[in-house]
Amino acid sequence: MLDLQGFGPMLLLGAWMTVKVALTATFFGVLIGLGVALLKMSSSRAGRLLGEIYTTVLRGVPILVVILLFYFGAISAVNAIAKSIGHTDFVDINAFVAGTAALSLAFGAYATEVFRGAFQAIPIGQIEAARALGMSRFLAFRRVSLPQVWRLALPGLGNIFLVILKETALVSIVGLDELMRKTEYAVGFTKEPFTFYLYAAFLYLAMTVIAMLIVQWLERRANRGLQPTQATA
Amino acid sequence: MNFEVMFDSLPELLSGALLTLELVALAIVVGFVLALFVALARLSRNPFFWVPAYGYVFFFRGTPLLVQLFLIYFGLSQFPEVRSSPLWPFLREPYWCALLALSLNTSAYTAEIMRGAIQAVPRGQIEAAMATGMSRLLRLRRVVLPQALRIGLPAYSNEVILLVKASSLASTVTLMDLTGTARTIASVNYMPVELLSAAAAIYLTINFLLTRCFRGLEYLVSGDCRPVATGTPMETGLETSEALTKAR
Repeated sequence: MLDLQGFGPMLLLGAWMTVKVALTATFFGVLIGLGVALLKMSSSRAGRLLGEIYTTVLRGVPILVVILLFYFGAISAVNAIAKSIGHTDFVDINAFVAGTAALSLAFGAYATEVFRGAFQAIPIGQIEAARALGMSRFLAFRRVSLPQVWRLALPGLGNIFLVILKETALVSIVGLDELMRKTEYAVGFTKEPFTFYLYAAFLYLAMTVIAMLIVQWLERRANRGLQPTQATA
Repeated sequence: MNFEVMFDSLPELLSGALLTLELVALAIVVGFVLALFVALARLSRNPFFWVPAYGYVFFFRGTPLLVQLFLIYFGLSQFPEVRSSPLWPFLREPYWCALLALSLNTSAYTAEIMRGAIQAVPRGQIEAAMATGMSRLLRLRRVVLPQALRIGLPAYSNEVILLVKASSLASTVTLMDLTGTARTIASVNYMPVELLSAAAAIYLTINFLLTRCFRGLEYLVSGDCRPVATGTPMETGLETSEALTKAR
């Protein structure tokens, strides 16, 4: 098919880095999303406002700008601190940390809305019943709401994951050796941009398909025990 | 934060924002027309049409926009045939490559929105249109598309916002759009945080205004679906009418 001139393993290594970035961003993004969703549903006005600002900003600004902002922002912050403690050399920032932090925040902003919808989809009667049984608010949250949120939020989270998986390509711009950047190396050596970018595209497609299958499997698992009519809803 | 730098570079950033808006506007137009054909092909029962349309949507939605952009901008030059073709003066320019990539990308997403919207038009209406003797094209023009437009509008407004954000990738092929301008100025004065924050604020403003515009548009096309003002007439109205009858 495509002649990769021996660059295949390097590109696969890059794809592995892409997967690692996407999974790390998902892990932190889910935590952030859950936290901010609770903040946005809390009774504190300041908390709600803070949550609103976070989701509006992160969803209204291109991820590329957020990544660059994090990367350069962290560099100037770290170097300012280094200078203040008497370190004179230039300190470089780990592109993985800056890129993953930016993607986590983006994931979190989208996940916030998904979680909020999921919490609101839980029938209020269930929480009332839990409270009537004498559960504290926290216990009702942990035992009744939280276990169901996973099932309700899964389709939305799956979609965000697919978006973030593709956005990881942007981290190559701040120099992380993921699939896109490895492809650029290969292009630099072989002078065959079309072949290699097309190969990268197919690797991304393959990752997308695998991710979709995993999400489907997780959804089936999460919905087991429900009536089929409910499961599809 | 040096706010002075942010204000001083505002004119340049705004001219960059103009290019961003230009790219987005053109990509919306081209992408919408393309999407219409893709969506119709995707809905066709003829595998000769729907299989390529499915592949098109799958490819453009399943790969990063950056890869698509690089495939067009760097990739096409690999083929001597392309380089000697009359299209080369266009495909050599980052502007046209970015526009092409954005248009193709958004057309795939828009096609899926259109497909969903077209399928959401109640089957009975199409049958009714058939029964009144409308041709396929007439049904599409008079019954299906106007309603699909309304159903698809909220999802489409999301896609336009995503497109504004996606257009920032044009800066990776040296275009001086909003992000590109911010990055270029920052590379001179080395104040990336200030400039990128200013760019982010402009993006936010653009997207905020766009959301408002679409909300207005949604209201305009909602027509008969708007909740009708029901309830009892106002007290004062009753009183006057009573007063009027008494007067008579």
